[in-house]
Order: sequence, then C-alpha cells, then structure tokens
Amino acid sequence: MATTRQLNVNGRTYNVDAESDASLLMVLRDHLDLTGSKYGCGEGQCGACTVLIDGKSRRSCITHVGDVAQKKITTIEGLAQGDRLHPVQQAFLDEGAMQCAYCTSGMIMTAVSLLNTRRDSSAAEIARAMEGNICRCGTQPRIVSAIQRAAKAMNESRS
Amino acid sequence: MNHELDLSSPLEPERYELKAPPIYHFEVDRREFFKFLGAGVLIVCVLKDSQAEESVSDKPAQSVSLPKEVAAWLHIGEDGGVTVYTGKVEMGQNIRTSLTQAVAEELRVPVEKIQMVMGDTQLTPYDRGTFGSRTTPEMNLQLRKVASAARVTLIGLAAAQWQVDRKRLGAADGKISDTESKRTVEYAALVKGRQLTETIPADEALIPATQWTVAGQALPKVNGRDFVTGKHRYPCDQKLPDMLYGKIVRPDSFGATLASLDIHDAEQIPGVTVVHDRDFVGVAASSPEAASRAASAIRAEWKRQPQISNKELFDYLKKNPVEGSGPLESPFRRETGSVEKVSESADHRLQQSYLVNYIAHAPLEPRAALAQWSGDSLTVWTGTQRPFGVRSELAEAFRMPEERVRVLMPDTGSGYGGKHTGETAIEAARLARAAKRPVKIMWTREEEFTWAYFRPAGVIDVSSAVRNDGKMVSWEYHNYNSGAAGIATVYNVENQRIQFHPVRALLRQGSYRALAATANHFARESHMDELAHLVNKDPLEFRLKNLTNDRLRTVFEAAAKKFGWGQTRAPGHGFGMGGGFEKGGNVATFVEVAVDRTSGDVKVVRMVTAFECGTILIRTVCAINWKAPILWPSAARCLRRLNLKMEGFSTGGSRIIDCRGSAMFRC
Ligand code: FES
Ligand code: FES
Repeated sequence: MATTRQLNVNGRTYNVDAESDASLLMVLRDHLDLTGSKYGCGEGQCGACTVLIDGKSRRSCITHVGDVAQKKITTIEGLAQGDRLHPVQQAFLDEGAMQCAYCTSGMIMTAVSLLNTRRDSSAAEIARAMEGNICRCGTQPRIVSAIQRAAKAMNESRS
Repeated sequence: MNHELDLSSPLEPERYELKAPPIYHFEVDRREFFKFLGAGVLIVCVLKDSQAEESVSDKPAQSVSLPKEVAAWLHIGEDGGVTVYTGKVEMGQNIRTSLTQAVAEELRVPVEKIQMVMGDTQLTPYDRGTFGSRTTPEMNLQLRKVASAARVTLIGLAAAQWQVDRKRLGAADGKISDTESKRTVEYAALVKGRQLTETIPADEALIPATQWTVAGQALPKVNGRDFVTGKHRYPCDQKLPDMLYGKIVRPDSFGATLASLDIHDAEQIPGVTVVHDRDFVGVAASSPEAASRAASAIRAEWKRQPQISNKELFDYLKKNPVEGSGPLESPFRRETGSVEKVSESADHRLQQSYLVNYIAHAPLEPRAALAQWSGDSLTVWTGTQRPFGVRSELAEAFRMPEERVRVLMPDTGSGYGGKHTGETAIEAARLARAAKRPVKIMWTREEEFTWAYFRPAGVIDVSSAVRNDGKMVSWEYHNYNSGAAGIATVYNVENQRIQFHPVRALLRQGSYRALAATANHFARESHMDELAHLVNKDPLEFRLKNLTNDRLRTVFEAAAKKFGWGQTRAPGHGFGMGGGFEKGGNVATFVEVAVDRTSGDVKVVRMVTAFECGTILIRTVCAINWKAPILWPSAARCLRRLNLKMEGFSTGGSRIIDCRGSAMFRC
C-alpha cells in the first residue's frame, strides 16, 4: 500500500503518497508535476532523468523514492535563483547547446554535479564525464563548450 | 552526364505509409478569426494557383474572402504583437527560431514581439508535414512574403492616415516613420480598431540578402529559456485535470492477433477502465503504476504469424519484389549505354553487396499523446511531424469528420522522420472515449523500439568495371527496399544501370532522417574505395578522376586540404573519406580513426567536413543542423539493430543503446 512520506524538492517540502519503491522520476513528474526531468529509457541508460541528490547527479528513473526521503533533491526547476539562471543554464543558452532539448535538463544537471566538484576539466575530461548522457540530436560539441563556458563563469564569480 | 540528373527528384518511395495528402480543409473563417484574435491586420499567404488575388498595395482588400490555398498567415494585434501561423512543427530543427527571424526581418519588428503558432490543426493552415527538409526553402520564403506584405500594408495605412506619398515612408523597429517630417507611428496604433484582411501579392519584392540585418546572423533559440529551466511542456508533459494514464497490452510478436483474453482480474481493480476492441487491449487508471498493474493483470494469448529471422532477412528482400514492379514499372530505373557490353572488355570488374539493417529512429522523447473528448469532438496533443496527417488518422479510426478533430503539436523531443504517424494519439483517444476522461499515453523506450516503424532494411548490389588507368566504365546498382533517395551516382560513368526495387513490406517501415540517402551514399562511397584499391590508386585521386561536377570537386578538395590527406598516419590509425550530393548540398567528409587491433574497436579521432549549400539563413541553426548529421550516424551505429527471431522479437530491444553517447562526445 502506498505510504505518505515527505520529500524535500527544490527547497520545498512535499507530502507524497507513493510506494517506497516507486521511481523518483515518476513521483516528480506525475505527483508533483515537476516535468522538467524527462523519461528517456527508464533503466538508467540515457541520463534524461538526471537530478541532484545532495548535490550529486543521480538517475531519478532508477532511484526509489523511499531511498531519498531524507535527502535534498534538486531538479532542473530548482536551479535558477529567481530570475537569475544558474551559470550552466546560462551557458547552454549562450552556446545554443540544444536542438530538441529533450536531453538538456539531464545534461545540465549532470554538468552542475560535475562543476560542483571540479571546474578545471579539459574538454576531453568533460566529454568523459558526460558520456552517460545521450543526446540523440548530436549537440555534444556545443554541450562541451557550454560546460567550459560555465566553468569559467563560475570560477570568475568566485574569485 | 551524371550531374545533369535531377538528384533531388521527388522520388522518395521510402515514405511508405504516407497516403495521398488529404483534401484541404479550411476551418476558421475570417470573422471567427478576428473573434479569436481580436482586431488587427491579418495577412494571408496564398499559394501559386490562387495568387492572382487583388494586390495589397492598391486596394485595401476588405472584400477578399480567404482563399483555399493558404500556406501561412500572420496577424498584427492592437497591442502591436505579431502572431504567425504555420502548420510546420518544431522538433529540434530550430525552425521556430529561423521562421521568427524571417518575419522579424521582413516586418521590421523585434523578435520578442513575434509569437509563432505551429502545428495546431484548428488554428494553422493545412500542412502536409514537416519533413524532407522543405521548411527552409518553402515556409521560410512564404513567411517572408507574408511579413513583407504586412509591412507594405502598414505603410499604406500610415500613408492614408497622414495623407502623404507612401514612398516617403519607411518601417523599422515596429514603427512606420516619415523620412521627411520625421513623424512616427507604432504598428499597434495603426491597426487599432481595424479588421483588415489582405492576401499577399505574388510579386512582392523581398529584402535582398545583402540588406538582411537579422537573417543570416546567429540568433539564440527563441524560447530557449523555457528549455533550460524545464518549463517547456513536451507532449509527454501535457496534463489535464482528471487525466488518466493509459497502458496498452501488446502482442508478443509482430502481426499477431488475439486468440483469447481474460480481463476479469484487471476489471476488479477500482478506478480502472479496461478496453477490448478487436485486437486492441488497453487500460486507463489514475496513475502510471496503477495502469501498469492493471495491464499486467490481463491475460492475453496471441496467435503468431510466421516471422523472418535476421539470417533470412536479406534473402527475403531480394526475393519479394512488390507485385508488378518489373523493370518497367519500377519507381526508379535509369539506364545509359550498355553495362553488359563494356564490363566484358574492361580491365577490372568488382561485384559487392551492401546490407542495411532495420533500425529504430530512437527519438529521445518516445511517442506520447494526451486525448480529450468533449461531446463528440476530440482534441489530441501529440508529438508528430504531421499534425494534419494524424488528424486524418483519428477521423478515420473513429469514423468521424475531420472538422471535429483537433490535433496540437507542442514542440517535441525530436522525430528524425520517425513521428509521421499517430499511434499514441489513436490509443489515447480510444481509451479516453471509454473512460470518459482525458487519457495520456507515453510509450516506454521498449515500446518505441518495438512498435514504432523503422528505417527500411535493404540490400544494395553493385557491379562495376574500371580501366587500368582508373577510368570507370560501367556501374550497375540495385537497391532492394531501402529506398531511392541518393541512388544516382555522382561520378561520371558512361554505362549505367541504376534501379530501386520496392519489396513487399516485412515490418512497418517509413522515412528516416536523410531517407535512403545514407545507405546509398555509403554503398557507393565504399565501392569507390574498393575500386581505388583494385586499380592501386589513391582514393581521392580516383574519385576526382571520375568526377566532373565542380561543386562536389571543390568540397572534396577543400576537405582534403584541411584534413591533411596524404599525411603519414600514426600506427593503428586509418584515414577515409566519403562525399556526395543531396537535397541541394554538396558534402565531403574525411575521417581519422584509431583501431584497437586486439578488440577490433574503432574510435573516431577526428572528422573534417566541407559543406556547400547555398544561402545560409541562420549561422547557428545551419551549423547545428549540419554538424549534427556528422555525429548522427555515429549515434545510429551505436544503436543496436532490430533483432528478429523466428518467433516474435528479441526482448533485449529496450537495451538498445549500447555504446551510448561516448563516441559522439569524443569525436
Ligand atoms: S530515463 Fe533515467 S536514465 Fe534514461
Ligand atoms: S537536443 Fe535532442 S536529444 Fe539532445
């Protein structure tokens, strides 16, 4: 039977009525109407559903909602501060790093997680870190440029 | 001569499931339109046949009734906002941006003032579909004409208001200004309180490319912010109050029919609607989990059809031509000289077969639709390249007139030729009718890989003959099933026989990005390499020796230079090339790969492409659209081909994304 639990998503607390093994992706999309995280494969292979759990990227489609009840969940909807986009979002816009953009939310979340830990990666290292995210439209080179641009912006704003 | 052949011929027989375009239906009359939009100026673009309407510049044409052959229309509202209506759809080609730009340029308004309504069968003019790379050459031009007619109309209105000669007036930044008196008036003020309809004159001059200020510049995606913030609602994100989630019970093999069905347990679950209609079995429930549970509570047995295995596939294709498609009726057959005669006396002959598998389009957003009935009218939101085609499908499926069906297409997670049809629209609508509530269907990745249609598999047989000096003398080319796009050779060979053989369809197959051109270019270019090898010639030199088309020669030479063709290679590295002409573009690509001799793994090290296509409308969009195809085949290569077994299909289908994006990120 479904049980009620609390989820902390984008700084808000939600009461959610779902089985503990329900997928986080489904809960986000269908219970909380946060549809920015996308379904691409449902088995952890494409990265379209990527969210941050305590700042680290995770595939929400294979994450059980029961496992993240105590954690801080961030989705693409929670990245901007008011009107101010996160540097990674801004960089994706500036570099035009999207075509159909269905992969974009997952790409941005993975990139944010990467830049949370290091901001001096080479293009090749960024490419390697992004390998688990699929862009079927072929926007990869622009995505790498966008992440480099964001890293630079984040480094500059810190110094 | 090869280059005289019309390579962009309309022969694209791989669009198997496209029916003849439905008759045009024009649903919104002018008054209704103004009722819907508010007052303002409405400009309608009329296709050739009826373009002989009155000229806008002379008579404000209040009397003109909306003609039938409408391609696009544009409305300027009392607040100065511009709304443009086109039946084209956005799925990642960024035409929402390029079309907005075209209008901004001609109408001289800032991009932010323009709203594009796309692919809504109730509001936008009929459109056959967004495919075949027709948007830029056709719709872009039509919208330019509409927008420029709007500008002329506004100038006319200002001239009448100020009682001055229109020649003194100019348009910029959403205003008309008088070059002499320096007076200005905003478009918003000019259209206030009017209900004016104009049809565009056929001969309206467009701003020449040299004076473009917006077009040709890089413009960011117009609604880009909605995508990076997760706000944009794709078809799969659509929601309505009271909506249910649908799930279809699928057969266990292609073409199977229902033998027996037990829905008793599923029907006992509260809140679940079960629908059984001939071979259609589906459920609707209040959550996706509940729908899945209900679907798995249904016991269905299926009667299977005999199936062809992977091993038998290519044999099948060669042995099963479509009835009556002898050499004479074939949709593509071309013969010059005599291949038989020359081949016998040639120095070298080569015969090869190239095989093309069925592959899935694999759009990152699987098919999805949300259907809602109100009374006997149906509205469906779905991701499709042919909203009007899906409307016809729905009308046919539910035996109702098209006027009562509305299809809307929210900007979609790509299509690549794979979303011409309305499977999910029909499924959702069928369930919604039974449940009496809106129903959404989202295909799983596995369903997408199994129940969508595929790029046609094919066999390509090539026999050729060449002289010792590298001159090609004969070229015989047979394509079975994969398609005729790009089938002609770009090289000059005097004796040719080129033929496309349609085959009785085995699986549902349809168009795929670049259609059969990918397969045909691959086979031809591979064969060229093999021939060069046979006569001991450098592959570039060999191609150029047999190529007189200047534009294609130029791209080959430019790419070779940039790539450094002829340089020494690192150990374990190889160089290669390919090129061709398709839909107005000449392309040559050179590639360096590294081969791991133990594992046999091939890694792309670098690629250089030279591309020449004519006028570039938006640099970014163009760059993205031609860079993507360079990566795209790598992606396709990574996607596992469809596995056919004697019975049914392999269940491993969902794990189709084998080597994922890695090759693409690195290259
Ligand atoms: S949907 Fe989660 S990885 Fe593909
Ligand atoms: S932009 Fe379409 S999948 Fe990445």
